[in-house]
Amino acid sequence: MEEQYKLTCLYEQHMALGAKMSPFAGFMMPIQYSSITEEHIAVRTRVGMFDVSHMGEIFINGKDAKRFINHIFTNDISQMAEGQVLYGMMLYPDGGTVDDLLVYREYSEDHYLLVVNASNIEKDYKWMLENSVGYEVNIDNQSEVWGQIAVQGPASEELVNKVLGVDVSPLTFYTFNDYQIGGKRVIISRTGYTGEDGFEIYSSKEDTIRFWKDLLDAGVVPCGLGCRDTLRFEAGLPLYGDELSAEISPVMAGLSMFCKLDKDEFIGKDALVKQKAEGTARKLVGIEIQDKAIPRAGYPVELSDGTEVGVVTTGYHSISLDKSICFALVDSAYAALGTALNIRIRKKVFPGEVIKKRFYKTNYKK
Amino acid sequence: MSKIVEGLRYSDSHEWVKVEGDIAVIGVSDFAQSEMGDITYVDMPDEDEEVTAGEEFGALESVKASSDLYCPVSGVVVEKNEDLEDAPEKVNEDAYANWIIKVKMSDPSELDSLLDAAGYKALIEK
Repeated sequence: MEEQYKLTCLYEQHMALGAKMSPFAGFMMPIQYSSITEEHIAVRTRVGMFDVSHMGEIFINGKDAKRFINHIFTNDISQMAEGQVLYGMMLYPDGGTVDDLLVYREYSEDHYLLVVNASNIEKDYKWMLENSVGYEVNIDNQSEVWGQIAVQGPASEELVNKVLGVDVSPLTFYTFNDYQIGGKRVIISRTGYTGEDGFEIYSSKEDTIRFWKDLLDAGVVPCGLGCRDTLRFEAGLPLYGDELSAEISPVMAGLSMFCKLDKDEFIGKDALVKQKAEGTARKLVGIEIQDKAIPRAGYPVELSDGTEVGVVTTGYHSISLDKSICFALVDSAYAALGTALNIRIRKKVFPGEVIKKRFYKTNYKK
Repeated sequence: MSKIVEGLRYSDSHEWVKVEGDIAVIGVSDFAQSEMGDITYVDMPDEDEEVTAGEEFGALESVKASSDLYCPVSGVVVEKNEDLEDAPEKVNEDAYANWIIKVKMSDPSELDSLLDAAGYKALIEK
């Protein structure tokens, strides 16, 4: 049955640990090892690790690399220094989102690594190729070659240094470095998707397996996609497919700060300029309800008279905050902080209020 | 290995029923709680609400998922387990000691269509 799904290089490790596995983005991935709550708390209080080998790594180089990436990417890479990482999106001309991604500037202005969502690798690669006409660039999809582990939590630096035998302490948030470990290239960035300090380690499949085993032996808690979602949600980070999509632009999602509208051009810029000027029909908000019931994706958001004005995109009873909170896409007229909005959960209606989307105070090493 | 208690009736949607006269005490099986993981909320009907065999009467919520509860019998809710409002994790600790609702049955013959312990064992081992 599992044959139809792709497996990461760490699949055998997940099976050995007795993980609950489930399909995600075409891969058979670990959802949890012990419990989502325990794994979530491990990342918030000490250190956990995630198999994120399913993510895509696309290398772009060539004479026009910088100009090309600035053409397809919402953020501005023109001032990036070597070893810097930038977050942003690729957009369709109408402002809808192709994907959200990280751009790593390598050792020269002509060399970049783009890290994209697993569910979008093929689509993104094709999008890049289609839009590269007239640019002298080489677009190399190496997603099948690289493994990736995210080590996240306050003790990440100590554990990565100890286990990998490197010194990542000079790295600040959103920077990376290349390391030679056993003669092979390992890329380590101080990035993540949890709201905590942490690192993402890109290496060969063999090294990824070795690092995973060594990190495990050193006491790093293996964490599944279940708590990856609860952690990123609390930190106010979007997930492509839920809070960003072909229908949801970064302006609607409240991510305008990653879209540099003062750049000469990028695909989707005109649409975003218009959205900023005229407003969008819907906006992404945070909503808290005063109950333990859980507002889940797809549940309707209503006014007190029962009029439906939106829909929940992600929701949990937050593990770190002990509150029932969600992201919801609502009519812009009801997006202001403090607006009273109800959420219909099965047959019952729960009163709630619009609150800030960054639910949890993040702990990055700036 | 999920625990199954002899003498209870089971639905194929993993609820159990303990018959006490014309009252059906209803909970979820150990198999159901272990599939759900950490239960964080139990959505229960209030007293005097009518419930219908085969229809949804509430839900269990874990961190990741929500799972509807289906009523094995028809009748009127006479009591809900209020302990679970503050301590839903009790369902994980002992799914058989921690019942969810008590229903005064309108048609006890509905019990005949439920599984016995052996039948339920066969179902979850399939």
